[in-house]
Amino acid sequence: MRRCDLIVLGAGPAGAEAALAASGAGLDVVLVEEAAAAGGQVWRAPAAASPPGLDPFPAEAEARAGAALRARLAASPVESWFGARAWSVIRPAEGGFRLDAAGPEGPLACAAPRLVAATGAVERVIPFPGWTLPGVIGLAAATVLLKAQGVLPGQRVVVAGCGPLLAAVAAKILAAGGEVVAVVDRAAPAEWLAASRALASRPRLLARGLGWALRIAGRRVPVHFAHAVRAAEGDEALRRLRIAPLDASGGFAPGGAERVLEADALCIGDGLVPGAEIPRLLRARLRFDRALGGWVPELDAEGRTSLPGLFAVGDGAGLRGQAPAVHAGRIAGLAAAQEAGRLDAAAFAAATAPERAALAGLAPFAAAMAGLMALRPGAVRDIAPETVICRCEDVTRGMLDAAFDEGAREVNQVKHFTRCGMGPCQGRSCGDVAAEIIAARLGGAREAAGFWTGRPPLRPVPLADLLGEFDYADIPIPAPAPL
Amino acid sequence: MGSAVMQEYDLGVIGGGVHGCTAALFAARGGLRVALLERGPLCREASGVNAGTLTLQMTRLALIPYALRAHAMWASAPQWLGHDVGVVVCDGLSLAFTEAEAELLAFRATKRREAGAPIDLISGRAAMAVEPGLTDRALLAGHCRVDGFANAYLTGLAFRRALLGAGVAVMENRPVTSLAREERGFTALTPTGPVRFRRVLLAGGVWIEPMLRWLGVELPIKVLVNQLVVTERVRPVMRCVVGIANGLLSLKQYPHGTVVVGGGWQGEGDRERGGVALLPERVVGNLRLACHAIPALRGARMARAWAGLEAETADALPAAGPIPGIPDAYVCGSVHSGYTSGPYIARLVAEHILGREPALPLFPIDRLLPPRGTQSPEAA
Repeated sequence: MRRCDLIVLGAGPAGAEAALAASGAGLDVVLVEEAAAAGGQVWRAPAAASPPGLDPFPAEAEARAGAALRARLAASPVESWFGARAWSVIRPAEGGFRLDAAGPEGPLACAAPRLVAATGAVERVIPFPGWTLPGVIGLAAATVLLKAQGVLPGQRVVVAGCGPLLAAVAAKILAAGGEVVAVVDRAAPAEWLAASRALASRPRLLARGLGWALRIAGRRVPVHFAHAVRAAEGDEALRRLRIAPLDASGGFAPGGAERVLEADALCIGDGLVPGAEIPRLLRARLRFDRALGGWVPELDAEGRTSLPGLFAVGDGAGLRGQAPAVHAGRIAGLAAAQEAGRLDAAAFAAATAPERAALAGLAPFAAAMAGLMALRPGAVRDIAPETVICRCEDVTRGMLDAAFDEGAREVNQVKHFTRCGMGPCQGRSCGDVAAEIIAARLGGAREAAGFWTGRPPLRPVPLADLLGEFDYADIPIPAPAPL
Repeated sequence: MGSAVMQEYDLGVIGGGVHGCTAALFAARGGLRVALLERGPLCREASGVNAGTLTLQMTRLALIPYALRAHAMWASAPQWLGHDVGVVVCDGLSLAFTEAEAELLAFRATKRREAGAPIDLISGRAAMAVEPGLTDRALLAGHCRVDGFANAYLTGLAFRRALLGAGVAVMENRPVTSLAREERGFTALTPTGPVRFRRVLLAGGVWIEPMLRWLGVELPIKVLVNQLVVTERVRPVMRCVVGIANGLLSLKQYPHGTVVVGGGWQGEGDRERGGVALLPERVVGNLRLACHAIPALRGARMARAWAGLEAETADALPAAGPIPGIPDAYVCGSVHSGYTSGPYIARLVAEHILGREPALPLFPIDRLLPPRGTQSPEAA
């Protein structure tokens, strides 16, 4: 068991910065990350071994920032456990936290009085007929393909969903020489206009966004605003898409004219949902905040959850994006150091002042971006009864409605009735939409529909990776029950 | 509560697990007007999150006659319950890997066999013929043809349908905050109004202890926190229920491919907070045992793990029968391997409440209470 002052779970922008800040203030930090390198989704590192002939696409600002972060981590005293799949986090009776992981060379465990959870967000897809066809992938998955592997998602690609990732993915496909058939955006131009006032507070990002937009426009890529994918069709793989206009509620406009797009790949993401896995698992207090992406931990200004010693930062604690995550991460890392007595009040105030100022400056932009990605009330309304919601267990919308009709009133009961969320994705891909469907039946309040109780493992983990080397005699078998 | 006169039920059942649901069902079918009050949804505590094993090889000796009958009830659930709880009837194996375990197994299997469980002792090699997925390292196995498992998480749905069909007033999400004894019957207070009944059955699992306190009866109930693991769906790796001699493994593969690993390894939790955490070294210990027995399991991924509560009295035998000194009040629960035996024992309690002679004796709690005179005054 490795004992340290602080465990940081997740080495994206928030977690890595938290680890660096805490370490800089003198804490002994273990940083646990399931990927092979730090960077998270935004600053994802190129795969060490790309397939022959395929190089990751040319370095952009993001790639450079990621490389810089990895260099700072490497030069710091932070002990990074890469390729370590955390499966258990508990609060042992003696206090603090214990984390267990399946590492590349066997089981790993560490314990610390404090833990920063920076586990990121998961992508939401609002299901439609055909969304599980080969050729349909998430925007985040497309980002991994493009950034880490240097692979195009397809020959003729449609990019659909909402939020800033749309333009980013479309532009990357174009830059890599791919064809983007169309961009299908749930937001109306007026919504982008409103958001752009906030965007103006970040001129560099505005420039990047404009660059993407120009690149899309320069190739004459059609952008269908206030539209969404209604169906994906094809026998064994995607062949064509049907898209249709949306109304103000986010549902399909009655009588709206359908268009057909021929495509062999669809990259789709209808926003992001905070994972909040650790706060959920440890039963910290959560609250539902549609603008922050869903269920998020209650946090103070330094990222403290309701549980002593547990911090949560980054998109996993509420959607704000990469730039705010950096500052929130640093503040939480410094706060952990202050709690541990490594910083006095004055030093803490001085060290966090610029981070707080930066965070405040980014707030309007972050809120605007999160707003574009928030789930709209009408979005699940038009999902047909036969459409699969839980793709691991093949649970359809009709089965969720039937469970409600049989008396299931919150999502854990729905799970028992239908197996929705019981598969290997652990409810990550279906949870938000399933809860929204149940909430709609309850009159709209997501709080009433609840959320799936956090359970270990944090990720599915092969039993072989947990067992370690053992003889039968090593198994600490408890005393037998009475006869 | 708009009506001028509050409806009075013949029987109020407090606690909507397997015990409460079964008793309510048979009482209603016996002609009583029954209200079932459950603080959450039906069968979402122990009855919905246990390992679903319907085995005799982990059943307490004194409960074997009950478990045999309960097994038959589970196997015929579509007939009496009317709904499917995914029951699979199959062979069961209890394994011994060491000489000491073989001795324990031989002794326990013989005793259980004498009590009526059809268990044969077979060699490790013979056990491999019964269970092709088995390791070749077992020395001895108890082989029982009466074994199997249910899909515990379907229990609530199945009982809900049956109870509504039988006319039971199912009051879910209705926590009882106190129970008042009145001249003729009882009134349960809940946040959404009182409920009155002539007789009351306390069937709250580990919460029987605080429930009995409403009536001034002190019955200590120990809370076990059983850890469970389920894998993702995998190809068929086993066909039996597999356990070990000392009872600390229960293992089976469901028809949809998931494998549930249990055996009563203790996690962290209590009556107030439920199953709070699984202790990682005990998860690993339980999984090592499982993979030792069924080697192909090593390739599966753990998809989910949880901890559920189990109730145990001081002598680890059920609390099932009338509550001493309080007419018209009954208790049912704390049945070791309660999911297996629950329906039969709860049915016996319902028979008793209906004024019929139960086919097998109940387990009155008098034996567990302090000698007369030391009880609190209300219970005297």
